[in-house]
Amino acid sequence: MCTYITEKVAVSGSAKGASGWMSVSDSSVYLDHPVHAPFGHTLNIDFLAPELGPSGRVAVELSQDSARALAKAIQAVLDAAPPGLD
Amino acid sequence: MTDALIAETITITAGNGDTVEAYSARPLDESPRGGVVVIHHLPGYDDGTKEIARRFAYHGYNAIMPNLYWRQAPGASPDDAAATARAQGGIPDEQLVADVDGAIAYLKELPNSNGKVGTIGYCSGGRQSFLAGVSLPLDAAVDCYGAFVTGTLPEGFPLKVTTLVDRTPNLSCPLLGLFGEEDAHPSPAEVAELADALKAAGKTYEFHVYPNAGHAFFSVNRPAYRVEAANDGWERIFAFYGKYLSA
Repeated sequence: MCTYITEKVAVSGSAKGASGWMSVSDSSVYLDHPVHAPFGHTLNIDFLAPELGPSGRVAVELSQDSARALAKAIQAVLDAAPPGLD
Repeated sequence: MTDALIAETITITAGNGDTVEAYSARPLDESPRGGVVVIHHLPGYDDGTKEIARRFAYHGYNAIMPNLYWRQAPGASPDDAAATARAQGGIPDEQLVADVDGAIAYLKELPNSNGKVGTIGYCSGGRQSFLAGVSLPLDAAVDCYGAFVTGTLPEGFPLKVTTLVDRTPNLSCPLLGLFGEEDAHPSPAEVAELADALKAAGKTYEFHVYPNAGHAFFSVNRPAYRVEAANDGWERIFAFYGKYLSA
């Protein structure tokens, strides 16, 4: 929790947590100490459903290298998708 | 004399009248002893910090850890509560002071209290332990690698905090500071800035900056754990409390 670097991004979609699927409208992206992953600092993403309160959260903690790889993969898939697939 | 302990979740009344959840750990022995307010780190009111509270009880102190996120996320799991509080910019300093004020009152009302109370905090809790020391009457305060007591806050910093060094003259008690030489927040220069302020204000303090240790070196469940620094640090903590929290 010590770097405090945080980006907040509005999102539109759904996430599956411990109690099933939820509609998510917000996300937080931050570099900080993880709760579970075995690293000093991780790239953390919280997908949030604010109307569900604090437990309306699907969280991931990724090593920085794997987060970069994931970001590239996200971009690559989106770029490769044919246009007009709404 | 008994080494039996009780550890349990209770509620306390904060200094502003709010009812707040807290974790209490205390010896089941009637002889008078000091009290310790354990201030949890930003990741929350979690297993690791509850173990620390129990450790103090095992060593003969009455310990209480307020759940600093009780108002923001009552009943939530520690990591969900921490994420909620983090997204809101952390908890205000006024709330921390109110919660520690209530914790001090709880400790002093225990039948086996000797009337002495100290605080200890780690990481953001370290800064908050110092904050408690400059805001409330205490007998000892321990700051474990608290960032932003001194230094400058980065622009756009998402937590609603300020530095505290200007309040050093108000420190009510001796201060033990434990830091890692490889830490960037606080850096050795920022630690030295605090030492200078304490010296200038004529305060009693004891600082240790451990080589080969960075931030969070007391955390046993993280790669940051440093055995030598943590072992020595714990000895310093109990020597310090032994000196200032005894009747």
